[in-house]
Amino acid sequence: MQSSELETNKIRNDFPILTRKINGKPFVYLDNASTTQKPLSVINKIVNYYSFYNSNIHRAVYDIAEEATHAYELTRQKVCKFINANSPQEIIFTRNATEAINLVSYSWGRKNIQKGDLIILSEQEHHSNIVPWQILAKEKNAKIKYLKIDETGNLNLNELEAYLNSNNNNIKLISLCHMSNALGNIIPIDKIINMAHAYGIPVFVDGAQSVPHLTTDVNSLDCEFLAFSAHKMLGPTGVGILYGKKNILEEMDPFICGGDMIKEVHKEKTLFNDLPYKFEAGTPNIADVIGFSSALDYLNEIGMDNIRNHEIELTKYALEKMSELKQIKVYGDVNLQNRGGIISFNLGDIHPHDLATILNEDCIAIRSGHHCAQVLMEKLEVSATSRVSFYIYNTKEEINIFINALGKAIKLFQL
Amino acid sequence: MSDDIYREIILDHYRNPRNKGKIDNADVVIHDSNPLCGDQIDIYLKVVEGQIKDIKFDGKGCAISQASASMLTEMVMDKPLTTAKDISKDEVLENIGLTNLGPARIKCALLSLKVLKMGMVKYYSDKEPTTAEKMEKDSNLF
Repeated sequence: MQSSELETNKIRNDFPILTRKINGKPFVYLDNASTTQKPLSVINKIVNYYSFYNSNIHRAVYDIAEEATHAYELTRQKVCKFINANSPQEIIFTRNATEAINLVSYSWGRKNIQKGDLIILSEQEHHSNIVPWQILAKEKNAKIKYLKIDETGNLNLNELEAYLNSNNNNIKLISLCHMSNALGNIIPIDKIINMAHAYGIPVFVDGAQSVPHLTTDVNSLDCEFLAFSAHKMLGPTGVGILYGKKNILEEMDPFICGGDMIKEVHKEKTLFNDLPYKFEAGTPNIADVIGFSSALDYLNEIGMDNIRNHEIELTKYALEKMSELKQIKVYGDVNLQNRGGIISFNLGDIHPHDLATILNEDCIAIRSGHHCAQVLMEKLEVSATSRVSFYIYNTKEEINIFINALGKAIKLFQL
Repeated sequence: MSDDIYREIILDHYRNPRNKGKIDNADVVIHDSNPLCGDQIDIYLKVVEGQIKDIKFDGKGCAISQASASMLTEMVMDKPLTTAKDISKDEVLENIGLTNLGPARIKCALLSLKVLKMGMVKYYSDKEPTTAEKMEKDSNLF
């Protein structure tokens, strides 16, 4: 049975891990906001590189080094196209989205944030979009304001407008997640960018959750920075992407320094390399960047709009089934247009870690905890939530298995 | 296996924790948390002539962490404070009947033991710094 127009049966055949059975039960993977599974094409691409053209890039002149360099740079071009950037020079490979944020807070932040300046975040940011700015603010004696979220997890744009109006001269950056990793809420990032630009303020978009699930167009968004991670979109771990507007990246000093990011090194001074290499010191994660190109091919073949529709349908189905359990509390916006395929919830007073352990008995992988969003947990007045999150290979049958397992937990804890 | 983990005794201690609360004028109050799960445990100790005369814990978190804390307080009540350094992880796991926990959940079960050991070290570090150092070494803080 198909849960939407996506041919999930066919898709699932491409993912070796989904054929696994543990204790005779099928593996139900509902932790895609954490990391996604990898199709065989991505795995093979990496094996192929190590098997047949393993070599360092950007240096040697022999054939296989050329092959490796070409494959590595081809991924950059594909990423550029995937998010509709103007130039591959605006695409910088990092270890993950976290490193991309740290790169900007370090290089851009240390140059542009001064005493008394204001950085605007929100209450639903991931720790990776809080801590780097906190450290910067502490160092510079700058301040951070957190935009409040309401009970459905939505931002109040009037509050933002008020900040923009009154602190026009002090606000130096707005950095927000496009989709909350804990609630799944999607913020109106295009509106926010327009509002910020009306006051000349740059916007950093944490796209770790949105880029894998929504069509992303940095050209029309016009954001100054965007960060995301390959491993949350079928790609390997160890590859993050920072997009930055070229003129801004050019003004920034390097982050990590060493080989490959230089043009000339003398005893007294160094000339830095051109973009994007200025920000890619040392031998990068060649194999996994190359592997990521197959992930982008896979997503392009399915189509981001189809992925979004599939996830809306699964989320709708799951929310309906979950709402039939009277012991459940679901967080976030109920409007499917305002959320991605992430559902955070609590079942009675069962601690999420206990629930995750019980579900694990039925071979269902969910996430439990604070989701690296303790500021949000404080706001929701919970210490933790359980979270399911979907991707292209998930089915309604899997949601049924999940709902049945929730029933077992209710019985065990006598809710 | 979840039936094994969430046996009656765990659920009983979770629902009806023993020695839960605070002690006014405690000799030691110590807190720690489990960053992975967000489990939190405070332990309050009243110590008279080296004996744990009263122990209470406060906290929030999963059934395993809270039940384990509850059972630990029963285990050491009226015992010499130095007992804490000798209690092994295995002893606690056997006491609560969970010897098959995976590496993630084992931290939930052992959080209260860690806090108790920290509390013991803190108690002595105020009084006899050299004893405290030795105890910290002997107690296998993890």
